[in-house]
Parts: sequence; structure tokens; C-alpha cells
Amino acid sequence: MNKPIIEKPEIYLDNAATTKALEEVVKIVSRVMLVDYANPSSLHRKGMESEYYVKEARAVFAKLLKVLDKEIFFTSGGTESDNWAIIGAALANQRRGMHIITSKIEHPAVLEAFEVLAQKGFQVTYLDCDKQGLISMSQLRESLTDDTILVSMMAVNNEVGTIQPILEAGKIIKSYSKEILFHVDAVQGFAKVPIYPKQCEIDLLSVSAHKIHGPKGVGLLYIRDRVKIHPLIVGGGQQRGYRSGTDNVSGIAGFMVAAKIAYESMQDNSKRIQEMKQYFVSELSKIEGVTLNGKLDEQGIAYIVSASFAGVKSEVLLHALEDQGIYVSSGSACASNKPSLSGTLRAMGVDKNLLDSTIRFSFSKFTTTQELDITICQLQSILSILRKYSKK
Amino acid sequence: MVIDMFRTFLIKYAEIGVKGKNRYLFEDALVGRIRHALKKIDGDYKVRKVQGRIFVDTLSDYDYDELIKTLQKVFGISGICPVLVVEDLGFEDLGKQVCDFMEANQLDQQITFKVCARRARKNYPLDSMELNRELGGIILNKFPQMKVDVHNPKVELTVEIREQIYLYATIIKGPGGMPVGTNGKAMLLLSGGIDSPVAGYMISKRGVKIDSVYFHAPPYTSERAKQKVVDLATIVSDYSGPMKLHVINFTEIQMYIYEKCPHDELTIIMRRYMMRIAQTIAKETNCLGLITGESIGQVASQTMQSLYATDDVCEMPVYRPLIGFDKQDIVTISENINTYETSILPFEDCCTVFVAKHPVTKPNINVIRGHEKNLDDQIDEMVERALQTREIMDIG
Repeated sequence: MNKPIIEKPEIYLDNAATTKALEEVVKIVSRVMLVDYANPSSLHRKGMESEYYVKEARAVFAKLLKVLDKEIFFTSGGTESDNWAIIGAALANQRRGMHIITSKIEHPAVLEAFEVLAQKGFQVTYLDCDKQGLISMSQLRESLTDDTILVSMMAVNNEVGTIQPILEAGKIIKSYSKEILFHVDAVQGFAKVPIYPKQCEIDLLSVSAHKIHGPKGVGLLYIRDRVKIHPLIVGGGQQRGYRSGTDNVSGIAGFMVAAKIAYESMQDNSKRIQEMKQYFVSELSKIEGVTLNGKLDEQGIAYIVSASFAGVKSEVLLHALEDQGIYVSSGSACASNKPSLSGTLRAMGVDKNLLDSTIRFSFSKFTTTQELDITICQLQSILSILRKYSKK
Repeated sequence: MVIDMFRTFLIKYAEIGVKGKNRYLFEDALVGRIRHALKKIDGDYKVRKVQGRIFVDTLSDYDYDELIKTLQKVFGISGICPVLVVEDLGFEDLGKQVCDFMEANQLDQQITFKVCARRARKNYPLDSMELNRELGGIILNKFPQMKVDVHNPKVELTVEIREQIYLYATIIKGPGGMPVGTNGKAMLLLSGGIDSPVAGYMISKRGVKIDSVYFHAPPYTSERAKQKVVDLATIVSDYSGPMKLHVINFTEIQMYIYEKCPHDELTIIMRRYMMRIAQTIAKETNCLGLITGESIGQVASQTMQSLYATDDVCEMPVYRPLIGFDKQDIVTISENINTYETSILPFEDCCTVFVAKHPVTKPNINVIRGHEKNLDDQIDEMVERALQTREIMDIG
């Protein structure tokens, strides 16, 4: 009497949570694990062959970001990069001041690192954002003091996709003082929008591999030469003692391949997906009771659409879509297993009744217009059923 | 305590002993339950019944803590005694062995003790009384700080003369209760909450085999909510033994009630249909009753009036072992049996999604029956469909 499993086409629209790995990535990861598996720190030739991947990857990332090889440090992913950049830099520079700045719409990996520092006696300013999720630059300007040592800001918001004015922020910070460190969480922006640390006067930049079709468990932190930072992970003295632990060679190699491929077609993908997004957004707005969140022009990243569906609980809508083989997130996937509501949406002043009715659709280069058509179609029929039974 | 020395464990049982002519049935059930439980952990074990006593022998390397923990989940066991088995090399050697045993188990303190000898092999040269006296004397000689107290000793050293000689002084508390399978079968209404797994545990403890039914309401409840119930059933099955979990898709019925009946009666009418469905499955599978985690007054659907209204549709007995418990007492048990952490995971279960702000707390049965008539058109086929499409999972 077991329920028959009906095969439905899988439409994966949760790419801001994570992405499917590329064949090319899987290939190199598997080659490193099966063939070039030696410890890159080992003295023998096999160790050298393995080290070569790490060296090459470092060079590739340096080139993509237009920075120096020695400014690239590999980590276990976005969360470690954010934690390290914020806690490591604040602790190393606390003698110059105890004031640090971030925004209310950051990822928990940033916000909780700031909470750790607040408990250690640092003073934190949380910047507001406007209705579209843009962090206030005027407030940033006013918040800088002689005691400020660090500003941390995301490049692209993970919940609504708003692209933040990083270039402007860099200018504001550095024209106030060259000494203030500028950290950018580029986990959602890397290889999707052009970000060059030198141009934006960024001192620390966090990147994750699995958001760009790379493996999970690997990322990097760009640390501008001569920036003072404490290591958080100590031990074997790898990566010049800044980040100990045997290099995740297979992960780093896969990350490198994913980044190379993403950069080759960054502009084309962006353009194509932006068109698809505009189409999706226009179809969505034809549905009754739909509010779109964030920026819908070029200041909103092509890959993320956040929409609120009046009168429908996001979790219910999510599961109803899941039943049709369509995978999305409610609010931010990282925060979705907590009952708390989205921080970004709240900071944006989204209507209280819609906070718990918001779905994030996030695309990748594999997303097709046909998939979006099916999604719109399913949304229409699901919404009419769900709204019929919405809370009395 | 030197735990490596124990290769044999005496299993004590309490209530089984008083079951007269059926005693062997209970003992056999207990042996069966122990064997089943030990299959799940590493090591080879032999479970044997000798002259009305049950022993577990370890035939390979084993993890002492794991073994004890596993035995502590087998209902019917009142105590577990780690036994040192020594060869019978004459009385003089026995005296020495007994002293070594006391020393190794750090029982040679400034405490009171008594020796309790049993002679299963009647041709042993000394009788029980003599053994008690002689061995007591040897211990007192060796450890002058110890004292004999025959009425209320701190340590009771048992010496059993069999083919070999068994020494034990520690009784580790077992879960009590009766071996599962000695008291029929019942159907547990399992939700993702704190109460129902505890209710299942408690009835199972009385020797009742249980199966469970869960009401799933996609998309209002998620796959994770269902997985949570599967996880809870798995934890309960550590105690209750293998069970079947019937997963009913309840969405259609829930929505139909929501559409046709007054909103403030939704929960109570839903519960009536859950009971009807559970009862149908229970009858099909030879269950003798239903089990719920209700306790009087805990929520609107658990007032005396609501329970009356719910029971109205039940022909078979509904067992509610938590009926007089405070929430905190239930939480304490769920922590002890390890279901609490899973129960509090924040996934909505099917009762909470459409709950009215002010549900009726004093439903009138006639009114409820009247409103249920609104469902006459389609409810029977919906219930039938829910039963036909149910998923049956084997747990444990």
C-alpha cells in the first residue's frame, strides 16, 4: 500500500542556498582525491604535485580578483571567511579603536561574529537599509568615528538580491581614514557581478565555492597585503600560519575550475538571466496579491527574486511547490530552519503580514524560461487553492 | 569497578514472578525481548533461562555501558546484576575469590554487608547458612573496617553455588514493567509533540505491543515534520520493539472540515475523524485499544468536555496514560526516554496549522454531531481514500 512515487521534473530555484556542481568540477575533485591525493605539505614529489593545484588556484583567483597571489587564503567556506575577517581583524586592531560597523541585513555569519565582538566590549553600529534593501550610505558616513576600525558590508543581499554600493562605501570609508578596514561579504556576488577589491578599496573579501557550482566546504578570504589579522585556526602552520589545517586540495581545485568557468561567461549569463528575471517578475506581478521585494532594475542581482504572497504562509507555499518538484526558499535558506522571521525583510520595512509570506526564487545558469513558465503556472493553481483555505 | 571482569549478567524481574501458571510465558517473552534488543548492538551474546533465572552471557568483546543501556530499555527487567563467574576449586579458594571480588569492586570500605549464599547445587559441602557464616568471617578477617548487618546492609554479596560459582553485589536498576508482547496490542496516535511518544512508552511498558498512526497534511506539514515523527517512532521502538507506522494523508479531510464546519470546532471534529480512522486501522490489525497523549485541560481539545466529544466516536477503549500528568512531569519522562530533543524541533504538525484563535473548550456532543452532518456528502469516501492511500512503514 506504499504511496507510488511519481517522477516529476525537478525545477531547482534555490541556487542562492547552494548550486549543483559542474561536471568539470566533479572531474577535477575526483582526480585530486584518487590520483593527486598527497598532502601538499609533504616533502616528496607527490606532495609537490598536490601543492601545485593549490598554487595554481591561488594564482587563478588572484588574477580573477586582480590582486596578488599572497593575498588569497583558502578557508572552509563563507562562514569561516566572514568569521575570520571580522573577528580576526577586530582583535588584531583593537588597540586602534573599539568601534565597528555593519548593517542590519547581513548574513548571520557576519551578524553573529559582530555579536561575539560586542560581548568582548566592542561597540557596534548597525546600518539601516531603505525599502529596497539598499544600505544607507549617508548613515555610514555619519557613523564613522576616530574609534572606528572595521566596516563590514555585503556585496549582494542573500534574501532579496539588492546589489550594495560597495564602490561608494569604499570611498566614504577610505576618505575618512585609510586605517579603517573594509570587509565585504561577497558570497552571493562573486562571479555574478564584477567585484575588484583594489578598485573598491576592500581590505577583506569573503567568497564561497558552492554558490557558483563548486564543492561545498571550501571558500576563500582575500586579505590585502599588510592588513593585520589574527588567525582563528592554528596548528600546522599552513598558509603561512594564517590558516592552519591541511589544504582542502580537491575542494580548492574544484573551486578554481568553478570560478574560471563562471568568470568566462559572467556577462553573458548575467544578461540572459536578467532578461529571464524581468520576464518572471512581470508574470509574477500579474498574479493577484503578489508584492516583489528588493530592486527590480540593474541594482537587483539577476539571480534572486523575492516575492510576498498575501494571505499565504511561505512554508506552506514552499511545500506545495515542492510537491510539484519546484524547490524554493522561504526568506533566507540559512535562516529557514529557525522560526525567526527574515532580518532583511524586516529591516526593509516589509508589511508585517507579508514577512511570513515571502518566497525566494534564485536562479542559476541552468535555469530555463520554460521552468519559470511552469513555476508561474503552478503558482497560479496552488495559490488559488491555498487562498481558498487561508486562515479565517 | 573493574567492568572487564563481568562476562555474565543476571537479569532480575519483578512482576513476572507473580503470574502463576503463565509465568513461563512471561519469562519466554522476556528472553525473546532481550535477544532482540541485543541484536542491535555489537558483540555476541547468549541469553539463557536456568531454573527460573535469566542470564546474559557475553561471548565476545562487548561495550559494558552499551550493554547495560540496552538492557535498561527492555521492559520486564527490574534489575541487572553484573556477575563474576569463578570455577569451584574448593572452599578455601572461594574465600579468596570473594575477597578479591570485594576489593576489585571497591566494596572493602567502611560499610556494612551481608553474605547471601544460595545453593543451587545441593551436593556442595557447606549449606547456605554455613556459607553465609564462614564467608562473612573470612571477609571480616580480611577487611576489619567492614561490619556485618543482616537486616539493612549497604552491600549484599550474593554467592550462588552452581556448576560454577556466581558472585554479585550490584543491582543496576532496570526499567521495570512487563515484557512487550505479553499484553496484546494497541494503536498509538503519534504526533510530533512531546506527549504522544511518552504515552506510547508508558503503555508499552505494561507489556503492550504498539503500532502507530500519524496524520500528515501536506503541504501544511512538511516532509521534515513527517521525518520527525519517524524519528520519534524509532526512539519509542527502542523500548516497544518493532512497530508499524501508518501515515495517513489527512489534508483533504482537514480542508473539507475547515470548509464545512464552524471554525472553532475544527480541532475537535478533526480529532473525531482521526480517532475514527485510527480505530478502523486498529480493528484491521487486531489492536485492543487506542493510545493518546492527552492530559486533562492541557489544551482546548483536552478538556473533559472535549475528551467526552472525542470518545463519542470510539468503540474501543482509549488509553490515556498521561491523563493526570502535569506538563513538566511529561517533559521529564520524555527527557529520560530521549524523545524530548526530537519532539521540540520546530516543525508544524497537523494540529497547529489551522487552529482557531478561540476554539471551543466545552463542545456539546449534539451540536458537534449536527455539524458533522454537513460533511455527509463526501466524508465517507474521503476517509476511505485516506485509509487506502496510507503509507505503512516498518520502524525499529
